[in-house]
Amino acid sequence: MKDTPLSNCERDFLLKAIEEKKRLDGRQTYDYRNIKITFGTDYGCCFVDLGKTRVMAQVSCELVAPKETRPNEGVLFFNIELSPMASPAFEQGRQSELSVKLNRQLERCFRNSKCIDTESLCVVSGEKVWQIRVDVHTLNHDGNLMDAASIAAITALCHFRRPDVSIQGEDITVYTPEERDPIPLSIYHMPISSASPSFNRERICCGSM
Amino acid sequence: MEVCSSTDISLREFGCEQNLLSRPDGSASFVQGDTSVLVGMYGPAEVKVSKEIYDRATLEVLIQPKVGLPSVRERSQEQCVRETCEASLLSFLHPRSSLTLILQVVHDDGSLLSCLLNAACMALMDAGLPMSCLFCGVTCAINSDGQIITDPTAAQEKECRAILTFAIDSTDHKVMMSSTQGSFSVHELQQCIAVCQNASEKIFEFYRDSVQRRYSKTL
Repeated sequence: MKDTPLSNCERDFLLKAIEEKKRLDGRQTYDYRNIKITFGTDYGCCFVDLGKTRVMAQVSCELVAPKETRPNEGVLFFNIELSPMASPAFEQGRQSELSVKLNRQLERCFRNSKCIDTESLCVVSGEKVWQIRVDVHTLNHDGNLMDAASIAAITALCHFRRPDVSIQGEDITVYTPEERDPIPLSIYHMPISSASPSFNRERICCGSM
Repeated sequence: MEVCSSTDISLREFGCEQNLLSRPDGSASFVQGDTSVLVGMYGPAEVKVSKEIYDRATLEVLIQPKVGLPSVRERSQEQCVRETCEASLLSFLHPRSSLTLILQVVHDDGSLLSCLLNAACMALMDAGLPMSCLFCGVTCAINSDGQIITDPTAAQEKECRAILTFAIDSTDHKVMMSSTQGSFSVHELQQCIAVCQNASEKIFEFYRDSVQRRYSKTL
């Protein structure tokens, strides 16, 4: 289903209001909407509400073989799903432009900033490392999905606990949460994205953290 | 095989919230113990020409798992939910329209299919779609002793030899859909159906209670 297009008078009204530094919901140009973060039952699950925009993130881990170019480092995998629940314009399975852009942004935000210590995720160098998978599901799209997704991803990563592992010679033992307490990931800093759309030629900021 | 006569019709605590998302036409979240599901519903809306049916609405059900991409298991659950909804919705009132139901699994601690069915019914009610009857989902499990447990947790599901899920309608308490896993006798099947029909009473009472609470302020 296509998104309902904006009428010409609505668009003109919006642009005129922005030129006069006014916004439809009464916010100032640099104001953020209320952010609410709640956590789910298991480790690594969190919900972020940015105004009415709602997003859920879940972190999971798995032991895999490492990349050949980096045998000492764990693998970080990000996947943001634009669920058809969030907006009738999103289609299941289709890689839309927005979905590719959001995925790329998330990867750049977290992987390139090196906020997580991937070397601590190594179990046996060159053979077994932890793959940390972050799935972000968009539940309601009321604008600024990127910021909500980045907050949800980093919060879920901070909340997540991975199982404890011990190595005895050739054997690797992965302990269940009942046997040994799970360990948090080592996170150096928390990168958060902030969206800044420009209208015509004026720069208007959505908010800053 | 001898089936124990003592049955345990105890359902976990359930909770529900309606109209929690602003974009979908109807939305609901249903919680059974630790199992939690969030549903969004769009419809009746425009349908693609390739999918349109000349005299009825086209119902599409999508189930999103929490981790990873949807697989064959989600497809089979989608079929169960879709068949139940199509049996209860008055789809001939909206020809050449589409109804889309999107279910997101928030946490799976056993009895997932029945939680999906309950949440779907609440979302359809929230969207205000015309239905001939309400439906609810009940799961029961038969463990190795032959005892029937309703609303099993994930740990209980692993230990039992059969898991049966039924969708039951509100008017005649008949079975609309059944999905079973494992081996059991005909006698056990009939007992499970009876147990689930009893348990469905509680769920329908809960539906009535929550809708009453929701509209008591406005009416």
